[in-house]
Amino acid sequence: MDFLLESLPQCLINGLTRGSIYALIAIGFTIVYNSTDAINFAQGEFSMLGGMIAVSLAGAVAGLGLVLPTWVYVPFAALAVMAVASAFELGAINPARKAAPVNLVIITIGGSILLKGIAMLIWGKDDLMLAPFSAARTIRLGPVGFELQSVWVWAATLIAVVLLHLFFRRTIAGKALRACAQDRTAGALMGIDAGRMTLIAFALAGAIGALAGVIVTPLIYVNYFSGTLIGLKGFCASVLGGMGSIPGAVVGGLAIGVLEQLFGTYLSTGYMDAFAFVVMLAVLLVRPSGLLGEPEGDRA
Amino acid sequence: MRRDYAILVGLLAAVFLLPAFDRNIYHLQIVAVVGLFYIAALGLNLLMGYAGQVSLGQASFMGVGAYVSMILTHKRGYLQQWLGGGFETAVAWLSGQSWAPGGLARGLAGAGAVLVGGADRLNQFAIGHLYIAPLIAAAVAGLIALGVGAVGLKLRGHYLAMATLGMGIIIVKVFEAEQTLTGGRSGVYGIPKLWIFGPPADPSNYKLFLYYLIWALAGVLVIFAIHLVHSRLGRALRAIHSDELAAAASGVPVMRLKLLVFVIGAVYASLAGSIYAHLDGFIDPPMFGFMESVTLLIMVTVGGAGSIWGALLGVALLHTLPQVLTWAKDYEMAVFGLILIVAMIVAPKGLAGLLDRAWRAVWKPRP
Repeated sequence: MDFLLESLPQCLINGLTRGSIYALIAIGFTIVYNSTDAINFAQGEFSMLGGMIAVSLAGAVAGLGLVLPTWVYVPFAALAVMAVASAFELGAINPARKAAPVNLVIITIGGSILLKGIAMLIWGKDDLMLAPFSAARTIRLGPVGFELQSVWVWAATLIAVVLLHLFFRRTIAGKALRACAQDRTAGALMGIDAGRMTLIAFALAGAIGALAGVIVTPLIYVNYFSGTLIGLKGFCASVLGGMGSIPGAVVGGLAIGVLEQLFGTYLSTGYMDAFAFVVMLAVLLVRPSGLLGEPEGDRA
Repeated sequence: MRRDYAILVGLLAAVFLLPAFDRNIYHLQIVAVVGLFYIAALGLNLLMGYAGQVSLGQASFMGVGAYVSMILTHKRGYLQQWLGGGFETAVAWLSGQSWAPGGLARGLAGAGAVLVGGADRLNQFAIGHLYIAPLIAAAVAGLIALGVGAVGLKLRGHYLAMATLGMGIIIVKVFEAEQTLTGGRSGVYGIPKLWIFGPPADPSNYKLFLYYLIWALAGVLVIFAIHLVHSRLGRALRAIHSDELAAAASGVPVMRLKLLVFVIGAVYASLAGSIYAHLDGFIDPPMFGFMESVTLLIMVTVGGAGSIWGALLGVALLHTLPQVLTWAKDYEMAVFGLILIVAMIVAPKGLAGLLDRAWRAVWKPRP
């Protein structure tokens, strides 16, 4: 029983860190879904690219004999992935905008494979690492211990969520995106260009994905394939939270992070990776609209 | 329909006569594997093309077929070991509980012994009658499809894609985690050869035998698919694909039919997977993972969903191309992704769609 008391707070801490990453990825899914009604399977790859680009930047800087703190690379990686995401939207999503969402989903799957393939060509199959944002330190607070980088993860997630909130509530572009998500036709009548909204949505999703990628790489390595699992789990998080809802994405991400950690620690490490998907299936069974989504009425 | 049969006869004739001209086992194996993936792709094609639903777990159904067939026919007795081990743990735990009477633990142990004995007899029977294992595997896959389909098809929209995604990942996790049952991550060797008509006098022609078995099965399943598509059921499915609401308003039992097609697709994949396991005698979990499901998706999409022959075009193209372009192995992933994107934008009906348009332009030109 002592073991329980000691491990439970530790699980919560670790779970919150995982959950923050899932939350960011889930937000990325939600933003694109609100704009296109399609699931962007390349979201995980945006995150992977963010990490990879940051690693390359760090390498280039080191080649010049300098050492910069890792957080400096965040805006550059975010910009780069925003460019990639925008190119993807312009080249692959926009031409198919009249197609059924099913086709769009398949296109994003193709995009995800393409990005993985390109990443493999550029960076190879090795695991790559980034230095933590500040000096690597393990903090001990009573019965729990965590990496200082975890604090950066929480802080970055919090800042990202607050900034997004401000973007959606206070800027014209954000309000236009929300209007488009609510009702595309009404938005068009108000003069909002749906195509441009989709482009902005993808760019945002790319930036958020890149952020997630850079802050998590110092904790676990990144390689050309690491986007897949994290993307899929982030997707499960957005299903749990409710596909159209950003607060839902945050709640879903944190919930899955913590629950997954608890499950893995107390019940079964072998099946830990599958837990998020079991949750997703349970959500589809019981309440397909998720925790904070709007209940859908269309029965088959 | 006559055109479909003509194509089928021509195709089977070509395939059956090929070994007379080319005895190279390596070539024949490639054609055989194309046949296997075609069966799985055909199942997915029925779902996607006629019911308009995406499944991201078709390869995991192949995995179910492979692993169940392996477990039943492998002489190591995986099923008995797993059941025995599980019951031992349960009985040991129960014996340590103060609230449980001794009889309960003994009863549980007795039940365990019965089940293990039954599993042993099933194992021996399956080894002696090899045709049974793929059939049982198909039944298991069908049941899983029934369960997952009921969850994923309840509401309109892309929920089946999500549900099959989750299902596929969970199934592969089970293959990896349940080591006593499945051999775990390192996979299993020594799967017996699939001599469904009993071992022959000369066992050296195993691959050739499988070649004919696979394509004979493919032929049967294609005939079934052709009839399905041209039947009342097929028309109902196409109505669903065109406009679900209108179909439902016309009295079509939408969810039940979608579920039926999903289960049929799973059975097709399972049969292919079972034979796949007995082909080289080795399987491991990554063979049936998410990327493999996506590959099948690409094959169906590029070939043309909703066309029985499109699936074959897709499989043939995407399976043989990497074999031919071995120098470009590193580019394979990126190219596949690009092909999928371009295909969906330029030719949403796939190669079959393009060929169909060409055929129409040639034979039925506008006056």
